[in-house]
Amino acid sequence: MLGLNKQDTTILLVVAALTIFAPFILNPFPVDSAMAQFNAGYPDLMQRFVIFGIFAIGFNILFGLTGYLSFGHAAFLGIGSYSAVWMFKLLSMNVIPAIILAVIMSGLFAVVIGYVSLRRSGIYFSILTLAFAMMMFALAYSVLTPITGGETGLQLALDDPRILGISATPEGNIPTPSLFGVEMRASTTVPVGAWEFTFNFGYYFCALIMLVAFYLSVRIFRSPFGLTLRAIKSNQQRLNYTGVNPKPYTLAAFVISGMYAGLAGALMASMDPLAGAERMFWTQSGEVVLMTILGGVGTLFGPVLGAGMIKYMENIISKINSDILHSWFAFLPDGLEDLIVAIIYPFIGKGWHLTLGLIFMLVVIFLPGGLVEGGQRVRSWMKNRGKSKEETSQTPAE
Amino acid sequence: MSKNFTRRGVLKTGAVAGAGLTLPTYLRAAGHEGFTNAPTGSTVTLGFNVPQTGPYADEGADELRAYELAVEHLNGEGDGGMLQTFSSKALDGTGILGKKVEYVTGDTQTKSDAARASAKSMIEKDGAIMITGGSSSGVAVAVQALCQEAGVMFMAGLTHSNDTTGKDRRANGFRHFFNSYMSGAALAPILVDQYGADRKAYHLTADYNWGYTTEEAVRSSTEALGWETVATVKTPLTQTDFSSYIAPVISSGADVLVLNHYGGNMVNSLTSAVQFGLRAQEVAGKKFEIVVPLYSELMARGAGENIAGILGSQNWDWKIENQLGSRYSGTNAFVKSFGEKYGFPPSQAAHTCYVQTLLYADAVQRAGSFAPCAVVEALEGFEFDGMGNGPTLYRAEDHQCFKDVLVVRGKENPENEFDLVEIVEVTPVDQVTYASDHPQFAGGALGTCNNGA
Repeated sequence: MLGLNKQDTTILLVVAALTIFAPFILNPFPVDSAMAQFNAGYPDLMQRFVIFGIFAIGFNILFGLTGYLSFGHAAFLGIGSYSAVWMFKLLSMNVIPAIILAVIMSGLFAVVIGYVSLRRSGIYFSILTLAFAMMMFALAYSVLTPITGGETGLQLALDDPRILGISATPEGNIPTPSLFGVEMRASTTVPVGAWEFTFNFGYYFCALIMLVAFYLSVRIFRSPFGLTLRAIKSNQQRLNYTGVNPKPYTLAAFVISGMYAGLAGALMASMDPLAGAERMFWTQSGEVVLMTILGGVGTLFGPVLGAGMIKYMENIISKINSDILHSWFAFLPDGLEDLIVAIIYPFIGKGWHLTLGLIFMLVVIFLPGGLVEGGQRVRSWMKNRGKSKEETSQTPAE
Repeated sequence: MSKNFTRRGVLKTGAVAGAGLTLPTYLRAAGHEGFTNAPTGSTVTLGFNVPQTGPYADEGADELRAYELAVEHLNGEGDGGMLQTFSSKALDGTGILGKKVEYVTGDTQTKSDAARASAKSMIEKDGAIMITGGSSSGVAVAVQALCQEAGVMFMAGLTHSNDTTGKDRRANGFRHFFNSYMSGAALAPILVDQYGADRKAYHLTADYNWGYTTEEAVRSSTEALGWETVATVKTPLTQTDFSSYIAPVISSGADVLVLNHYGGNMVNSLTSAVQFGLRAQEVAGKKFEIVVPLYSELMARGAGENIAGILGSQNWDWKIENQLGSRYSGTNAFVKSFGEKYGFPPSQAAHTCYVQTLLYADAVQRAGSFAPCAVVEALEGFEFDGMGNGPTLYRAEDHQCFKDVLVVRGKENPENEFDLVEIVEVTPVDQVTYASDHPQFAGGALGTCNNGA
């Protein structure tokens, strides 16, 4: 289907099903239960899952295929966001022009940064991209304050022109980003028994774009172009000797992944119309590297999985505080309760970085192929177990 | 397969699904009380969004302690703290409007994005009706704008930049803490009094919004009283070694160094300046002085003995009622209940967060409704007393609190780590009041309050 082989079609359909049914999948616990703490099916987090999914998919095209580790991809995220917010300020609150400008701008910056950085490979390339990104962060944070809003970020205001839209709503508020009149924040909450499921327009919009982005990445992975990129990763010298100039290919991959990042940035601004300089900070660049490695470098689905994992930790685990822990273990005797809380406390709440670090270490040590490899291992284990059972059951018959 | 997906069939299903998705949105808005997260049960949820990691984690931890204390007092537990001294007696220790107060916490990481993500999850997932907290102006401004869009209240925590109630003010947002302009206006007369009117100042300014507004405020206030500004130099926020910035100060002919720095920046730059022997210098017969416009206890602790003798301004200090009398009533009640619970006195960050929570609860109680527009109306132009700052006004035009500002000095011989500063003088509220369209605050508009849906 759609020019994909059977296996890729299955993956695409699985991803599509996961995103469409995310409001159900992510809200497995009844609202009033103690486990509701772990529900992640609220619009903001679901949007983040797919947006960072796009970011990681794009990053994987560069890192997974060519092996060039960019440490400055957050710069494109920031450029995308700033472009989108400027479109909201000047043109209209429709997200389409914002997304288009964001992708173009991030593509342009990617051409320039890529052209310079790709003169080197390996660690030197990483450092060059990091340097560019930090330079752009510093510019956005202070020097370019009139354009970027500096520390407080670029925000919408009541007196923005918005020549194709309205400056302020009749109620006197700033209008919200929309797609031809349908607001991104429009949500419907459907209570089903003790459960509550929220369907948000912005989420489904992002999810649709992520599916398109995912499809494109599958096509790139399977194309001759993707094969060339893989060849660059495995042995660039050999490629040189056979007379292929790898430069245009790496640059193209760099620009494509920069545009993906710009798209993610534009979607972030569309869901939440603010662009801050922190979005370009190196920790954000590092985060996408973590996402990709955690999920599985060079795999199709891995980066999305990694992005979801990290965003879940950041938004759910970090919100568990000591009071919640105490209420969970309230049934235990006092001394024991305090002891257990004292043991768990460093790993939750503000300690979520620690938990993430531990998981990351475990994944890198035991599952070098990321979570996807973990899934594959479980599947093959199940298959083998089934087989051996079949065999044992078949022996008497023979 | 193609038979199942005819064009008409797909269009029909799409239209029905679309209608199905949009319809309940409006039903839901009508079915509720007409504002975001209207509390329906016997409890009401507040969102405490503070930095738990990153450079201001210490302040965030102290803010969270204050919030927990405030919730206790609102629910009628503990000794009631400032509720005993608060001039408005609407709150009676049975929660807010009879609903028990519950809270959720989040980590802003001192990043606008993370802070907004955390605030959004509080609003969308936990049903928080009010968000408060923060320890930096960038975060405060970002979260304030978010709350305005979402239709919930925002009670700013520690944020000192003029912009929060200046160019980035919002109808749903309120700030109790003082600001850069007030620091400048409060400090200038006392600086002139202490160091003389014939001084040359050299500014080192952190290169971001708060730094700019503070530099501008201190500069214009001191220049109005006769000081001369020799140079203003911006330092990168990530700078940790300030020696290269201190050396030119000595040769510039300036005799006062103003450090528009906060947090780790301030600790590092002040330490460099003192180690370079600036304070031992004499320029044209005048002793060289250093000024830090915004003081905090936690920074003073970081800078250690280097802080001795250095002037700055504060929103509040836990010793103020003991030293300056009952005008600042409420202070001792708060310090007592905070001290009994945690074993040490509260910082000014804790104080402003505690007061903001009580002020919000009181406004809801007086308004008789949780609807943001009703709360905004109750807070606008609200005059109160007994919250530790003396008589205070929440001005309607920009949602900024107006109250006395403390000028403090680092102690030469502190007795313990909580007693690092001494109060030099209190600048009365009239001297720090400005017009709401003052040039340093121009360019913003509150807009109208937003109840959300």
